[in-house]
Amino acid sequence: MEESTISALSTSVLSTTVIPTLSTVSAILVLASMGLALGLILGYAAKVFRIDNDPVLDELSALMPGTHCGQCGYAGCSQAAEAIFKGAAAPTCCPPGGKQLAEAVASKLGISIDLAGMSDEVLLARIDSSQCTGCTRCYKACPTDAIVGANKQIHGVILAACTGCKNCEVACPENCIEMVPEAKILDSWYWPKPVAV
Amino acid sequence: MWLSLFRGGVHPDGFKELSATEAIRQLPLPSQLNLPLRQHAGTESLPVVEVGETVLKGQLIGRAGRGLSAPLHAPTSGQITHIGPIVAAHPSGGNTRGITIEPDGKDTPLASMGWTGSGQHEISDSNALLEDKLQHIFAQAPEVLAKRLADAGIVGMGGASFPSAVKLSMASHQSINTLIINGGECEPYLTSDDRLMQERSQAIVLGARFIQHIIKAPAIAIVIEDNKSDAIAAMTIASADYEDIEVITVPTRYPMGSAKQMIQAVTKKEVPAGSRSTEVGVLVHNVATAHAIYQCLTENRPLISRIVTLSGGAIAQPQNVEALIGTPIRHLIEHGGGLKEAPSRLLMGGPMMGQIMPTDQAPLIKGAGGVLALLEKEINDTHRSPCIRCGRCVEACPMGLMPLEIANHSRAQNFEGAVDYGLADCLLCGSCAYICPSHIPLVHYFQYAKGEISRQKANQKRTDYTRELSANRRQRQEQEAAAKAAAKAAKAKRRKRKTEKTN
Repeated sequence: MEESTISALSTSVLSTTVIPTLSTVSAILVLASMGLALGLILGYAAKVFRIDNDPVLDELSALMPGTHCGQCGYAGCSQAAEAIFKGAAAPTCCPPGGKQLAEAVASKLGISIDLAGMSDEVLLARIDSSQCTGCTRCYKACPTDAIVGANKQIHGVILAACTGCKNCEVACPENCIEMVPEAKILDSWYWPKPVAV
Repeated sequence: MWLSLFRGGVHPDGFKELSATEAIRQLPLPSQLNLPLRQHAGTESLPVVEVGETVLKGQLIGRAGRGLSAPLHAPTSGQITHIGPIVAAHPSGGNTRGITIEPDGKDTPLASMGWTGSGQHEISDSNALLEDKLQHIFAQAPEVLAKRLADAGIVGMGGASFPSAVKLSMASHQSINTLIINGGECEPYLTSDDRLMQERSQAIVLGARFIQHIIKAPAIAIVIEDNKSDAIAAMTIASADYEDIEVITVPTRYPMGSAKQMIQAVTKKEVPAGSRSTEVGVLVHNVATAHAIYQCLTENRPLISRIVTLSGGAIAQPQNVEALIGTPIRHLIEHGGGLKEAPSRLLMGGPMMGQIMPTDQAPLIKGAGGVLALLEKEINDTHRSPCIRCGRCVEACPMGLMPLEIANHSRAQNFEGAVDYGLADCLLCGSCAYICPSHIPLVHYFQYAKGEISRQKANQKRTDYTRELSANRRQRQEQEAAAKAAAKAAKAKRRKRKTEKTN
């Protein structure tokens, strides 16, 4: 190919792009004004539809036991959820939630966790009535009012309301509260996952 | 003469010839009867007897619990030796609460019970007496009869064990066009309903007439699969006198005995997902339930025994027996056929939907139509391989679901996905797992997913409850603190006024 043809071609290309015609000017104007308008709408929408909390954080808070027992070391369940969300606390930090909660949180956040130390069982408080002096400290410590009793009378645990937070175990001066696995009933039994091929 | 069919379904080998020609036999009394307090859908029945008490045959030993429940009666006379944990008829092999009776061998019935004893004959009363009884029964209000059935502890005997009286009183509020008496018995091996229809056809027809009277249904359809020609003949003869009873023969196809599939095959109507058969104006009762209802209303006999098929490759002489509820499986097998080889698996119910029994100590329950002792070659549990996406499970599913997708989602623990694909509508009939050329345990996946979902639901319920308790407690504490502060402020104010006055 000859050099003259190439130069002629490049000049023609240059001439079409550099010299603005009426249509190019109007196109620039239209696009710029559209960009401006859409930008304004976006900016306005960002203010109006602003979400203060990450929705994932709300979902995490909903998963937590919500009894604010404080066993995790945080003031309450929402603070703990925030710490787990930011990575400051492990999903396994919640004793009442146990393994099930840790699994649910990990799948929500898409992280992998080590469940080796956690048992499948749900722990519930049990009071050894032969040792109980009726000091009332345990039921004052219970975040869900799951312990009933009166001064100088033996206390008992309402199992349906117990979360297994261990606050009562810590509070008991007689060491007569222990955490025992929930009794197994046939209704809660189901076939385990089949072994994969 | 059949009208239309349901979608899907499979044709498993019947193996019914093993026991189909064996007449119903009576068994000797076992040395012990273990009666679980819950053999029905709903809550446990509550014991009304104490350990050491002597009971008579037919005596109430457990009254119905709160809500949906059914009472429990002593199947024979004897002494209560234990109330507490007994081995459950459950695949976990776990314990359940129950009552143990040691029979005294006399089999003395309650005096108030007007039955003539043996229960062996099709209709034990003389014709005149029966006529008289029928007149009396049909003169009674449906509610009175339903109450009697409820008090007799009668539950659906086809497997679901739903309290019959509740089913009837729910149906009496809706308009029912057809009462279907389900003689499908589509599970392989089982012949107990077949024999019952052959030997006690008149009792079944009368039981059906009682149900018809209670729910005011204009027509009765007795539906039987075409592989039970003797039962069809017997039921046709027994119902010949009644114009509103029709015996309908349907082709043999599993799961014909499932209520929704039978309704579709007979009436061409499909029961909508998540609703009951009464929605399409049909009520379905099993033939064995109709028989129990007959026994209850004419003989005052509560549900204390049932017909059971004892079969399977490991049983020497497969047969059908009339067994007392609570009889241990071991006794049933020993005295009803015996073992010729050690079984690799014991089942209560049929091979498609029955429950695996890890121990032969498990008791017979009201809803079990068979006890099977199967050999290794009959189980065919081996050679699993990956899914080849042939789609045969989709073709076989009678509910029109996609079993492979549900199983995939369950395996990935995406239970929401499994529910989206219709897990809740799955009957657990096993057609898909039966047809699968890769032997994928599809039903096992569905059972796992259903269990996992209900566990999650229970956990969520508990969390909601404790959260509410905790919120209430905090609110109460705040109120107490506020009241305390107010009292303190008031006291301080009084003191200040006092000092001002003295000054």
